Amino acid sequence: MTTNNQERSLAERAYRIRRFALQMGEIQGQGYIGQALGYADVLATAYCHSMQFRPEDPQWELRDRFLLSHGHYAIAHYAALVEAGIISEAELDTYGCDDSRLPMSGMATYTPGMEISGGSLGQGLAIGVGIALGLRHRGLQSFVYNSMSDGELDEGSTWEAAMSAAHHKLSNLICMVDVNNQQADGNSSKVLGFEPLADKWLAFGWHVQRINGNDLPSVVAAFDVARTLNEDRPRVILCDTLMGKGVPFLEQREKNHFIRVDPPEWQQAIAILDESFMNGATP
Amino acid sequence: MSATTEKKPRLTTSAMIASIAAEGQRVKAAPFGKALVELAQSRPEIVAMTADLGKYTDLHLFGQAYPERYFQMGMAEQLLMAAAGGMAKAGLTPFATSYAVFATRRAYDFIHQVIAEENLNVKICAALPGLTTGYGPSHQATEDIAMMRGIPGLTIVDPCDALDIEQAVPAIADHPGPVYMRLLRGSVPLVLDEYNYKFELGKAKMLRDGRDVLIISTGLMTMRALETAIKLQSDSVDVGVLHVPTIKPLDEATILREAARPGRLVIVAENHSLVGGLGEAVATLLLRSRITPEFRQIALPDAFLDAGALPTLHDRYGISTDAMVQSIKAWL
Repeated sequence: MTTNNQERSLAERAYRIRRFALQMGEIQGQGYIGQALGYADVLATAYCHSMQFRPEDPQWELRDRFLLSHGHYAIAHYAALVEAGIISEAELDTYGCDDSRLPMSGMATYTPGMEISGGSLGQGLAIGVGIALGLRHRGLQSFVYNSMSDGELDEGSTWEAAMSAAHHKLSNLICMVDVNNQQADGNSSKVLGFEPLADKWLAFGWHVQRINGNDLPSVVAAFDVARTLNEDRPRVILCDTLMGKGVPFLEQREKNHFIRVDPPEWQQAIAILDESFMNGATP
Repeated sequence: MSATTEKKPRLTTSAMIASIAAEGQRVKAAPFGKALVELAQSRPEIVAMTADLGKYTDLHLFGQAYPERYFQMGMAEQLLMAAAGGMAKAGLTPFATSYAVFATRRAYDFIHQVIAEENLNVKICAALPGLTTGYGPSHQATEDIAMMRGIPGLTIVDPCDALDIEQAVPAIADHPGPVYMRLLRGSVPLVLDEYNYKFELGKAKMLRDGRDVLIISTGLMTMRALETAIKLQSDSVDVGVLHVPTIKPLDEATILREAARPGRLVIVAENHSLVGGLGEAVATLLLRSRITPEFRQIALPDAFLDAGALPTLHDRYGISTDAMVQSIKAWL
């Protein structure tokens, strides 16, 4: 990609990811846009600060692998893939359309840079354990970044994987959990409470960091620690995020797994994002 | 109660790891484990994984030979299948073992979504196929083939004996894509060396020809079919046996050719439920192709099977050699 890309600040990266997500949402008329807005800071940090990869060669064997375990976050992930230079901005127009490489749910066989098909949920961490074991067995130094939602903490397979990762001392496995406290049937504390969450991961033998997932400096610091930690434990970053972050009227909308956005609101949201960014406000 | 009445001794439930070989039958020990160890010598990308059943799937032999290539995942079958997929994505060829019941029932979505949908090079090898334990329905894999047939792109193998297993291991390792193979472990019968037979992935083979009956069989039921054929000779019934070790994809051409030969009762025999296995696969194939011989199935009933001694259960459910002979005589 051009040097322009590399000179952008992380704040600008996050703003652009939010903006691309809103554009895709407008094409579909709906989508998991609340999640995309909430998770943009984490995605920007992962792709534009922390991970090693070659944009022009998404299959580069020595790449770090980003696993989208929460397949419905594809709308957010595609935005990050554009910002990372792996797919083109123009391709976003095909989001969710027939014969598109950008389906609504992340599919490994459809999209460059999509490592797994996470639609079923609760599978990424277990796959990540296998990839991490395999990479280490082959003497490769790459990291596996498993990105998952807090809803997936309900699935038993998550905890099988968590136990196994610690048992096998997978220091090349980093897990990010988007803790926005929302899942399909409502507030996570009412559906299947997972707190105290940090304690659970600690007890499972992981190095744990719990951060404000919308404060970029905190996110960056956490990713740096996760990557450079000199311990033979896997590492998890619990990211407390706000659904709809960056667009106040969406932040305040009744909290839904699938946020309602009326047709004119997409452009209104983009305008709000643009203005915030121009004013130098960090969302 | 008369003092002279003799009580018939009750057979006890066979041990989980008991061999299914009949007394005096020729056997080979741990053909799967040994074949994998041998293959691994020249194939550094082969690794082994298990969900706490390494010892019970003969995989422990691989663990002894190549400890650094052996991955214990604990009693966690969903993790096993997902991680096997991950290993394949990292450039390795994992052989992942458990019991057939657990590998299929507990981990179905993970095989479907992680392994099969991406066509990953994982070889799932699952012991205790069908009714090979008297432990009860928790361990009797009566519908595993039906479940696995529903997964696109998955190759399914049910080997007859030690020879089939030995030869299938390198064959499935060479096949580019996911495989589900049933497994016999421990002392495994050896019968196919007396027939002019070689395992070929995707191919059905006539082991013996016969005028009156054609038994299309798979897995250990091929062994039973051959015994049945020999027994029926003394009744002047001429029985042919078509061995179908690969259930998916089905060798349609061979099956159609043999089933189309006029004048034969066609029987499909499998160590699996009537529902969704080889029998139904063959039946739909024949009907689609407008081939309609007299058709019967020898298979496990659509029921939760009893616990008890294996010989008793095999008789009860019609899959012992004696029961097969009786059934066929009744049908003729």
